[in-house]
Parts: sequence; structure tokens; C-alpha cells
Amino acid sequence: MNKTLKLIIWVAVAILGAFALSAIALNRGESINALWLITAAACIYAISYRFYAAWIAAKVLVIDETRATPAERLDNGRDYMPTNKWVVFGHHFAAIAGPGPLVGPTLAAQFGYLPGTLWILIGAVLGGAVQDMVTLFFSTRRNGRSLGQMARDEIGVIGGTAALVGTFLIMIILIAVLGLVVVNAMKHSPWATSTVAATIPIAMIIGIYMRQIRPGRVLEASAIGVVLLLLSVLAGGWIDHHETLRTYFDHDGLPLAYAIIVYGFAAAVLPVWLLLAPRDYLSTYMKLGTVVLLAVAIVMLRPEIHMPAVTQFTDGSGPIFGGKLFPFVFITIACGAISGFHALIASGTTPKLLANERDIRMIGYGAMLLESFVAIMAMIAATVLEPGVFFAINSPAGVVGKDAIDAVAKINSWGYAVTVEQMNQLAKDMGESSLFARTGGAPSLAVGMASIFGSAFGKHLLALWYHFAIMFEAIFILTTLDAGTRVGRFMLQDMLGNFNKKLGETSYMPSVIFTSAIVVAGWGYFLYIGVIDPNGGVNILWPLFGIANQMLAAIALCVATGILVKSGKLKYVWVTALPLAWLVTITTTAAWQKIFSDDIRVGFFAAANDLSTKLAAGVLPADKAAVAPQLIFNQQLDAYLTLFFVAMLWIVIIDMLIVCVHALQGKRVLPLSDTPYIRTGI
Amino acid sequence: MLNLAKIGHFFLHLWRGVRELSGDDAYVQYLKHHAAFHANAVDVAPALSRKAFFKLWQDSQWKDVRRCC
Repeated sequence: MNKTLKLIIWVAVAILGAFALSAIALNRGESINALWLITAAACIYAISYRFYAAWIAAKVLVIDETRATPAERLDNGRDYMPTNKWVVFGHHFAAIAGPGPLVGPTLAAQFGYLPGTLWILIGAVLGGAVQDMVTLFFSTRRNGRSLGQMARDEIGVIGGTAALVGTFLIMIILIAVLGLVVVNAMKHSPWATSTVAATIPIAMIIGIYMRQIRPGRVLEASAIGVVLLLLSVLAGGWIDHHETLRTYFDHDGLPLAYAIIVYGFAAAVLPVWLLLAPRDYLSTYMKLGTVVLLAVAIVMLRPEIHMPAVTQFTDGSGPIFGGKLFPFVFITIACGAISGFHALIASGTTPKLLANERDIRMIGYGAMLLESFVAIMAMIAATVLEPGVFFAINSPAGVVGKDAIDAVAKINSWGYAVTVEQMNQLAKDMGESSLFARTGGAPSLAVGMASIFGSAFGKHLLALWYHFAIMFEAIFILTTLDAGTRVGRFMLQDMLGNFNKKLGETSYMPSVIFTSAIVVAGWGYFLYIGVIDPNGGVNILWPLFGIANQMLAAIALCVATGILVKSGKLKYVWVTALPLAWLVTITTTAAWQKIFSDDIRVGFFAAANDLSTKLAAGVLPADKAAVAPQLIFNQQLDAYLTLFFVAMLWIVIIDMLIVCVHALQGKRVLPLSDTPYIRTGI
Repeated sequence: MLNLAKIGHFFLHLWRGVRELSGDDAYVQYLKHHAAFHANAVDVAPALSRKAFFKLWQDSQWKDVRRCC
């Protein structure tokens, strides 16, 4: 194409993007169309991909198309294998995009649509996508080594150990909070519970089909599975209307939590082919299908956003989670803006498939932009709801009261209109008995998605859409739960293997049961506490998860920064050092506030002390007094855990800075561990 | 006029991509790989059966972190 024409097109994209961004940022009072958000996002992604990512690839990383990748050099036809870039992109995206970008933005919508949206866009293009891309590049140059190994090779033993322990703990917290999201979606909902329960035997049928009946016929099996899943949504509706059957699936949070804990243990011990692998196939198709469907529906319908740009809850008094806009919007939205977990995928699995280094920009940077777009759509689905309805669904009973009339009065007092009749009608439309206090994001997202799909494809199917959305979220939350428990088990076995060889064997059954039990007990504890906590549990667990995830991102950026300095690229080091500095600022501030704040809705110790005082004074009602000692212990534990996270982060940073200073002074540091150049033969 | 051959070609590519992405054609790829890498070897083990290969392939898929948040 003609050079001038190209220039004109890019200038037009820039102007359109700036116009859309100013429209969403400067809009006050009136509702705004969701299409503005989509337009702003698309323009920002296009420009940053075309210019910033290309510049990083060419100047900072100096990508070399003539260099053979590990997939080519170590090709074994299984895990190392040169693969078509679109296929690698698909694998990579399916791996990084889980429930995080759906839940985080939904919770952060309590601040209004603007802060979360801006962070998703800016965080992704300057932070998250850069992290994913540079990690993918450095791991590719090191035969696909994992983040932990790279940290050990490039910075030292301390950094490597911190990365390993950090990964293990964040996995525990992540699984607990995701389990809690599913429990809150299923409690007293026979339809949701029976549909989610049905996904287990369906996955098993598919697993047996793929492994025994028609080995390797993956697509055939998956097609059958998807049809069965859709039928299970219909069957759930039938069960819900059945007098006796519905009672089998109508439960409180606690029994559901126990069921998930038992299930998690079974899934970790059973062979992968029976449950985990087939469930993963189904969840991947559901995920990709629903994301595309949601994008089409939003573009077709162009819904209006009803949430204000900024709400009064930026002052820290938000009902869903306590804490001011800074730093908590940046902690709440991790996935979708920057997520340390991605560094584990970008090092390890993906680099072993890359056919050529030139694919790194598209896969590392591009896939993260797509995940960021998923987060934008989640933000849209949450904010197209009337704010009153949004807060009624997401505010825990401990904040607004158990009674519907009290809850509505409280929400009205904040200035958001909602009535008991409106909520009853909505629950009826969605085929639920109540939608109050379903904290966690999944139900409000499902209501948002159901109303978007409902107006695109027919309103009479609202209840079906709602339960489809719940099933869709539950199925890949459970996949993350299975896979996470399993990975946690492998990590633990790896660590224990240093002390006792037998415990390190992944096929030694007593060790499998022992380590699986420890991992499940770890997240099961936090899940249990989250369910008995009258404030919903999400308000405690989600920030903890955010801090842990951002800490992992900071460790990944530390490794990248260290490598850049050691390679003599000091003038480009800001590319990773700037997002690193920002992450350190927000995680440290958030951790400080979570530990030391006097606000009982923010500070762990403050909450524990407040509860002990009330317990001692005997002012707590009987049901709260019964669980108070456990909640007090948990708040203290969370405080120490946060302290541990932040201490770990600073150890890695100081370790990295020492390495950098030594490298700059010309002193001896660990040598760069990249593999020597071999010319590609493909 | 639309070029039917081109459209057909596009869908064929798409279908191949879907098969590759899902691992549906992993066994066919493995056979190709086996034939190409061991074409000149004398006493090489014969290629695995479809069932045995799938078992190995599926188990190797779940050794690493494969799903995140």
C-alpha cells in the first residue's frame, strides 16, 4: 500500500480513538453508548500494537527471524513442535483468558465505568501485554524455561525461590475465590446447581469417549459434549419446576462449598483424561463461542451504559469491597490489565510451539490485547444494568441487610433507584427465587449478558440465557479449579521431592493423595471462611488475589528488567521498569492499607480487633458470635499472608537491583542464560 | 462474482486450523513426524497405535501450567 495512504489511515485511527476516549472520559450525567468504549478500545489496541509493540520487538528485544526457535531445534512431535502462528495464538489465548477478566471488572464497576475502563486500556497496552511479550521472548531464547527457572538463572536462588513460593500461594487464593464465585451463583438456585452438577458426568462421558471408544477423535467428542451441555441448561429449567426434584438441588452456601471441596480433591486425584482434559475442551469452546457471541451482540445492539462514569464509592466506602479508588481499582482488575499468572503460560508452554521469533509480537502482545477486550466487554455487561440493580445483586447481606426491604432502602439512600418489585420481577425473569446479595460478579454478569443476549435473540428466553451464562462461567471456573489444584500438587511434590525422593514422584499414589489433600485443604479453608463470612468473603479474598497476582507480575517484570540491564540495554529499560515501578507502588500501598488501615472494611487487623471487641462486649447476634473466632483468626492470617507477599516482592526487587548495579559497575554477575544462535532451517 | 474456489479454500484452511487447535489431527501429525524423522533409520520402533499415542499426548498436555485466571 502507498505510504501516504497508510499514514492517513493511522492518523484517522488516532483521531477516532482520541475522540472516543474523550467522549467516555468527559461524559457526565447522561448515559453513554457502549459503542464508544468499544471504539476507544479498538483504536488504542490497533495503535499500540502497530507502533509500540513493533518498536519493542525491533529495538528492545531485537527479534531475529533467522534464528531457530526451541520448537525447531528440539522438535519431538509432542510438546516441542513448530506450529502455525494462529494455532499458537489460539492455545495461548485459551490458556491466559479465564474467569479473571470477567469477575474483576464487574466488581470494580462499583467505582463507575470510567476508572476501570481506563486502567484496563492503559494497563494492558503499557503493562500486561508488554509483560507477556517480553516474558515469551526471554523464555523462547532459553528453550522455554519457566519463570521460576529464569528468575533463578538470571537473578539468583532467592528470586527463583520467591517466584516459586509466590506462584503456589497465589494458586491457593485464586482457587478459593473462584470457588466462592461459583458457590454464590449456585446457592438456593436449583437450576444453576443442577446444571453445574450435570457438567461433571458430561465431562466424564466425553473423556471416556475420547480415550476408549474413539481414541483421539477430539472434535467429534467435543461436539457431543457441547450438545449435552446445552441440553443440561434446558433440563435444569425442568428440574427447577419439578416439586420434589428441585429440593435435591436447593442448598445453602456451606454444603455447596463442601461439595466443591470434595469435587476438587477427586478431580486432582483422578486421571486427567477422565475429568480434567474433557472438561477443558468443553470450557474452551464455550469460552471462545460466548466471547464472540457477546461481542456480536454488543456491536449489534449498542446498549446504553447506565452506571455513572464515577460513583461516590471512590472515597473507599464501596459496598462490594472497601478501599479507595487508588490503589484498589488497580488491585481489583488484575486480569484484563496486567496479570502475573500469564508469565507462567508465556514461559513454559507457549515458547515450545513458536515456529519463528517474528510470531512473538502477535502471540505475546496480541493475545493480551484480546483478553483486555474481554475485560472491556465484562465492564459493559456490568454497567448496562441499572446501578441500583447492580448494587442489589452484588452488595453482600452484611452491608445492606438480609431483608429485601432493608437492602433496597439502603441502596436508595446512596442515590440509586431500585424497588423490591423490580428485583422480584428480575429474579422471576431469570428463573431465580432471589438475586439479592449474589456477590462475586458471576450472577450480575449473567444478568447483564442475559439482557444483552435477550434483546438480541428474544426476550422470552431470558431465564435460559441467564443459566447458560452461569453454566458457561461455572464450567471454566471449575476447569481452573481442577487444573490449579493439579498444578499446585505438582509444585508441592516438586518442593517436597527435595526432602524425600519418594514424595516427589508424581505417580506415587500415597504422595499424590497426600499433596492433593494439602492443596485442597489450603484453598478449602479460604473457601469455607469466605462462605461463613457475612460480608461475602469476596471483599477479603479478591484483593488478596489481586495483590498476589500483581506481585507475580512484578516478579516477571523484575526478571525482564534484570535481563535488559545485563544485556547492555539500559536506555530501553524503562519499557519494563516503568510498569514495574507502578506495580510496586500499587501492591505496596494496597498491602500497607490492608495490613495497617484503621478502616475495619480495609484493614485486616482493624477488622479482627473490632470483631474481638464486639465479641467480648457481647454485642454480636448469636449467629455472628458463633463464627466470630474463626473470622478473627482468618483476618489475622490474611494480614500476615499479605505481609509475606509484599516482603517476598521486595526481596526479589532488591536482589534484582543488586544484580543490575553490579552489572553496570562491570562486576561479576550470573551470566545471561540464553541459548547460542543457530540458523533456522524452516 | 465471488470466487467459489477461493471461498472453499478459505473454509478448508479454517477447518484445518480448528483441527490443529483442538488436537484432532495430532495423531496424523505424529505419523508424519515419525515418517519424516525416522525415514532413514534402520531398527526404529514402529509408530505407536492411535490409542497409545493419544494416551501419551493427552498426559503430556497436563504437566505444565495450562490454565490461568
